[in-house]
Amino acid sequence: MTTTSTPPDSRTEAALALGDDALVLSHRLGEWAGHAPVLEEEVALANIALDLLGQARVLLSSVGDEDELAYLREERAFRNLQLVEQPNGDFAHTIARQLYFSTYQTLLYGQLAAADGELAPLAAKAVKEVAYHQDHAEQWTLRLGDGTAESHARIQRGLDALWRFTGEMFQPVVGLDIDRTALRESWTASVTAVIERATLTVPSGPQSGAWTAGAGRQGLHTEPFGRMLAEMQHLHRSHPGASW
Amino acid sequence: MVTTAPTALETELLALAGSVPDPELPVLSLADLGVVRGVRVLAPGKVDVELTPTYTGCPAIEAMTADIEQVLHEHGVAEVSVRTVLSPAWSTDDISAEGRRKLTEFGIAPPRAHAVDGPVPLSLSIRCPHCGSTDTELLSRFSSTACKALRRCASCREPFDHFKEL
Repeated sequence: MTTTSTPPDSRTEAALALGDDALVLSHRLGEWAGHAPVLEEEVALANIALDLLGQARVLLSSVGDEDELAYLREERAFRNLQLVEQPNGDFAHTIARQLYFSTYQTLLYGQLAAADGELAPLAAKAVKEVAYHQDHAEQWTLRLGDGTAESHARIQRGLDALWRFTGEMFQPVVGLDIDRTALRESWTASVTAVIERATLTVPSGPQSGAWTAGAGRQGLHTEPFGRMLAEMQHLHRSHPGASW
Repeated sequence: MVTTAPTALETELLALAGSVPDPELPVLSLADLGVVRGVRVLAPGKVDVELTPTYTGCPAIEAMTADIEQVLHEHGVAEVSVRTVLSPAWSTDDISAEGRRKLTEFGIAPPRAHAVDGPVPLSLSIRCPHCGSTDTELLSRFSSTACKALRRCASCREPFDHFKEL
């Protein structure tokens, strides 16, 4: 079932892009429950997921019914970045994803909060929350990179593997009026500084594959996303209207 | 948005709504926490309340809404609508001095005051709510709820929650 019968307007596109990023990453982080390496991280990842879920609810509710949008859209109707739908991997892989995404989200919300658009109230609130997510990711990148040979190798593998999904963050989104050049420059400077301090190497490969450039925002997703959605949506679809 | 000065009734109802205890930190009232933004009487027996969440995803907002509705219903207001507003964003600076005192008494280090907007402040010392020592260390940036960090006191060795600055 698709929820949009008419072409979505620019306001809808922007809210869906940011809302789906938050929703999908929230679900991925929630998958850590019961599996995190230490109790503190179990709690930290769940709290970060909760912040993101709250942001997703505000964004999706602003353009439709949040439950319909989360549970009844097909894969191609989701507008999230492919980065956030990537499987968790090991803890270092998740931290690499967090570093890339939370840096982007902090800078993006910072720009939106400073502007006077419709997203400004949410952005002004959320930027303070995601600053903690970014701090969490940076501190862990430093500890893993500057830790043991094993942790160093794992975080480097995560950074390398996810690098090709980072270019999509700087693609234009209809209705998102931001300075993309400044966003990209600040993101690169920030991530580079952390990676180098962590004694790691900034990946040098392309930031998007030929077949994926900007694809998540257009509704094209990677193979693991379908399985994630199946798990996320099956309860609601099996029992329509069910509540706790 | 409230544009006119509150009436005596609105002030009374605001105090009532503010007297509701926070569902997760019951030592604090919603007034201490600074989350009730305003109460407006739209018509006799019909009241609009503006509530702001601490964190966007704070699950306590639903319990707060229900509790405010209940206390105003009990006071004879037939129709209560509690609206969630995001702007201006809530800050830990909105917690009252009384609220900070109660947090410390409850064993939670209160948030430090923000001087200016900026990156997450980490350098100022945080005082142990049990023994008062400033020799404390961060154990985890996220604790029992999103709004708290877990710390440990190096003097008395007790772990404690710190209400993070937001």
